[in-house]
Amino acid sequence: MNDTIRDVVFVDGVRTPFGKAGKLFEETRADDMIIRCIRSLLRRNPGLPPERVDEVALAATTQIGDQGLTLGRTAALLAGLPRSVPGYSIDRMCAGAMTAVTSVSSAIAARQYDIAIAGGVESMSNHPMGEGVDPNPRIVAERLVDPDALQMGFTAENLHDLYPSITKDRADAYAVGTQQRYAAAVERLQDDITTMAARSDEGWTVAVADELPRPETTLEGLASLRTPFRPHGRVTAGTSAPLTDGATACLLADAETAAELGLPVAMRMVGFAFAGVDPETMGSGPIPSTEKALARAGLSIEDIGLIEINEAFAVQVLAFLEHFKIADDDPRVNPWGGAIAMGHPLASSGVRLMTQLAREFAAHPEVRYGITTMCVGLGQGGTVIWENPNFKGAK
Amino acid sequence: MYATPLDLPDFEEEVVTEAHVRYLEPRGLGGRAAIITLDNGYDHTKPSSFGPGGLKNLWRALDEVEAAEGVKLVAVTGKPFIFLAGADIKLMPSLESREQGLMLAQAGHSLYKRLKASAVPTFAFINGVALGGGFELALHCHYRTVSTTANGLGLPEVSIGLIPGWGGSQILPNLIGVEKAAQVIVGNPLNQNKMLRGTDLVPMGIADAQFEGADFLEESLDWAVKVATGEITVQRPEVDRDSWPQVIAGVRHLVEEKVHNASAAAVRAVDLLELARTASFEEGSLAEDEALADLEAGPQFQASIYAFNLVRALGKRPEGAPSPGLAKEVGKVGVVGAGLMAGQIALMFARRLEVPVVMTDLDAARAERGLAYVRSEIDKLESKGRVSKLKAAKLRALVSASALKSVYADCDLVIEAVFEELKVKQAVFAEVESIVSEECLLVTNTSGLSVTAMASQLAHPERLVGMHFFNPVAVMPLVEVIPTDKTDNETLATAYAVAKKLKKTAVGSADRPAFIVNRLLGRMLAEVTGVVDAGTPIEVADVALDDLGLPMRPFALLELVGLQVSWHLCQHLNEDLGPRFPASENLRRLAEADFPVFDASAKGKGKLTEEAKALVELGNQPATAEEVKQRVLRGLAEEVQLMLDEGVVPSPKQVDLAMIMGAGFPFWLGGLTPYLDRAGVSAEVSGKPFGAMG
Repeated sequence: MNDTIRDVVFVDGVRTPFGKAGKLFEETRADDMIIRCIRSLLRRNPGLPPERVDEVALAATTQIGDQGLTLGRTAALLAGLPRSVPGYSIDRMCAGAMTAVTSVSSAIAARQYDIAIAGGVESMSNHPMGEGVDPNPRIVAERLVDPDALQMGFTAENLHDLYPSITKDRADAYAVGTQQRYAAAVERLQDDITTMAARSDEGWTVAVADELPRPETTLEGLASLRTPFRPHGRVTAGTSAPLTDGATACLLADAETAAELGLPVAMRMVGFAFAGVDPETMGSGPIPSTEKALARAGLSIEDIGLIEINEAFAVQVLAFLEHFKIADDDPRVNPWGGAIAMGHPLASSGVRLMTQLAREFAAHPEVRYGITTMCVGLGQGGTVIWENPNFKGAK
Repeated sequence: MYATPLDLPDFEEEVVTEAHVRYLEPRGLGGRAAIITLDNGYDHTKPSSFGPGGLKNLWRALDEVEAAEGVKLVAVTGKPFIFLAGADIKLMPSLESREQGLMLAQAGHSLYKRLKASAVPTFAFINGVALGGGFELALHCHYRTVSTTANGLGLPEVSIGLIPGWGGSQILPNLIGVEKAAQVIVGNPLNQNKMLRGTDLVPMGIADAQFEGADFLEESLDWAVKVATGEITVQRPEVDRDSWPQVIAGVRHLVEEKVHNASAAAVRAVDLLELARTASFEEGSLAEDEALADLEAGPQFQASIYAFNLVRALGKRPEGAPSPGLAKEVGKVGVVGAGLMAGQIALMFARRLEVPVVMTDLDAARAERGLAYVRSEIDKLESKGRVSKLKAAKLRALVSASALKSVYADCDLVIEAVFEELKVKQAVFAEVESIVSEECLLVTNTSGLSVTAMASQLAHPERLVGMHFFNPVAVMPLVEVIPTDKTDNETLATAYAVAKKLKKTAVGSADRPAFIVNRLLGRMLAEVTGVVDAGTPIEVADVALDDLGLPMRPFALLELVGLQVSWHLCQHLNEDLGPRFPASENLRRLAEADFPVFDASAKGKGKLTEEAKALVELGNQPATAEEVKQRVLRGLAEEVQLMLDEGVVPSPKQVDLAMIMGAGFPFWLGGLTPYLDRAGVSAEVSGKPFGAMG
């Protein structure tokens, strides 16, 4: 038995345009969105014989209706993958697609798969947060978790309380920055966005771009927004990721199989970690998960040249940066903009971060390591460390 | 003045198709794309079609797109599964004059021409059903993509007595050549209205690219952008113009052979295809306008619409069927007999009902032979790809055979397909009734024996019903359902429910000899053999009905049915219905001949061998073809009237539906009775027309 661990590589990733919940994709099925991603991925990588795919792991937070029926299997069938290709569904709320990636990657490293597709989808139009949930009464009765923990906006306000130095002004400034970075990078992002048909009462259209960004955002504009989660609070719609519809998918392989098939290597996985935190301040999750992942990899934050952190809320990014003593406007952080600008279709965002980091790696051969990290509802964080195959040595 | 959609009067009953316009900026186009979605607001079960309102909506949508800034491509597509099903057929009967028909033709041309003449490239994204005017809309666009999963594509106008007159007859031959165009415009409509599938269009040259259904619109748009920007150049082969006259001659011959030029629409369509070789688009359009206006005002089109609606409405909701809720579940079927017909019936039940089917015959060897036949038919279906490997395995698992009738014990329906002899059938049912439960349906597949007589010896006659399938049972779409006076509603409802599951059109018939189709075909043959016996040469009698365009001449029908069977039927009708059905001496001789009667080298054409001709003895009262025709028509009119008087069917509509589905009588005759009315025969025979068309 061969007991050596193999290198896992990120070959390619795509996503649909992200739409505003209730708008562009309101009448579009979630499964159709992820099917489109899988088909685009196969078209972009014609060297991959579809029957070589060993697993299709797809994430959705609410696994009912068009996001149910073991989406990983049904979407694989409907995407036209051979029937011999298996699939399953996976859920870790916002880190669903990230967990799909780490799960299949573990199996690739352990020689159980050669090639896998991982991704996620969320139609927040048709599956709003909390749809059909049935919280255990012990949560209240035994005061196990503050009910605030179930409402993400409340946890963001809690995080401001915990980090008094992170003011509303800082959060607003961060949000303006991410909108501007997105606007500057919008053409480059387009390379990994596949078009998506969308129907409404007004007929068909084909979505070609994200619907949500507000490049015109100003500090003054943000200052005037109401704080829906707490009277006179700090968190506004402008410093939160909007409710979003969208899907992502990516292709992972072991390094040798990728070489055999001539598949491009965009990133090499170094390691990953998930960690739990207080559910009431779930936004701090990326701090321990990153610490854990770095420690296991024998790296420190100084080794990390690019950081793709999901922007559920500006405050949660700022808490992470404050912990690692990184400036609010550090160019290593979300250099092409983040979820506050483009949106956050819950379970799909993990792969969006990776696809974006892969492109940034190509543009930054001086960077050796990068991370993708995100916070997760009910108090978790996830972090994946990646190595840049384009690395040509530090400047 | 040449009409546009804006000149058309509104049609109150129109389900108006909207033409929604949305703009987007695809990457790489350097401008905007306009997508026009044709959508009548209903789901795919109610396909979008064009009446005056729909035409106006697209007209205005094109106005809007033409006025819009920076539009670099225009694409037309439809709601899910439907591109556009063509002109609204409900509208047609409301056209009051030739002028109105002409205006409608012109309005379509005026509208579609804009897509063809557009300075901005136009695309049809054929996502689903595209028939007639829908197909023609796509033909006017500069480029076409088609979904590989699209179904129901083509130009079926000729089948309902029209021609593709919104550009189809002129554009298609110039796009793909006249031979293939004639296939689509004339050949397919006359061949049980065969449709094209999505995957047919690119190989035929009708569409320029095909994409799978999963992301058809996205991939079509991507392709269109590349065409519009010049990244892709669409190559179409040059059309062969030299062979055009030769092809036209061939198609004319086909129309002559197949329907003896009885279909005015088919003849007119060939004229237009011929014209398309040299005519300018404008000249061609004018010729289409005239042809449409002529045909719409003519009797064949009105009869065709009647027939079309008959098949659609009455075919789906049979007159006289009890509430479907009364039908019993059928979980296992028994077939008595393991001969050819029994095998076909067993396979059909297994295939459509997907329940166990058990056949029996007198001994194990015969039962085994019957089963072997069914299995070989399943193998054929599988090798032709008509059923999947799994479905084939399922069918093999469902059908079994035995020599013991005890296998019927747990059947819910037992159908007999044994020799056509009352005593044999009575014996079968007596034996079966002693084995099955009291609720089990007993069904006879008799083609004309008395069902009542079969019921007379049963302990529970209320569960016996006749279901007369036509040969070959898998292909022929009709089943006659024959209750007796004793048949209860549950049994009758079950028979209709089973017919529906078998995908057959059911027509109820009273238990009168030969029911509907065989009685009328029998009368027709009786008249023809009668004039031959009297002295008319076969060559004259056989072609006398040519201008009706029936699917088969009388002697070809005799060849298909078989002379022995025909003689048997002839005698039986003579006994039961009297001298209107004379026992033809010549038919007897041919049936009893111990040598080949029909010329094997002209199989299916009803051509007698020289030896057989020598057997035929002609009387000394020859008739002309016209006299024969009148005699046959009068005979049919008399027989239909008698059937109505006897209560065989409640109205002439059932006669027409049965003749269309069971004997392949053409739409342009309206089945049978509208033609008899139009020819004045019914009024002559029974003093008034049948008036089925209202």
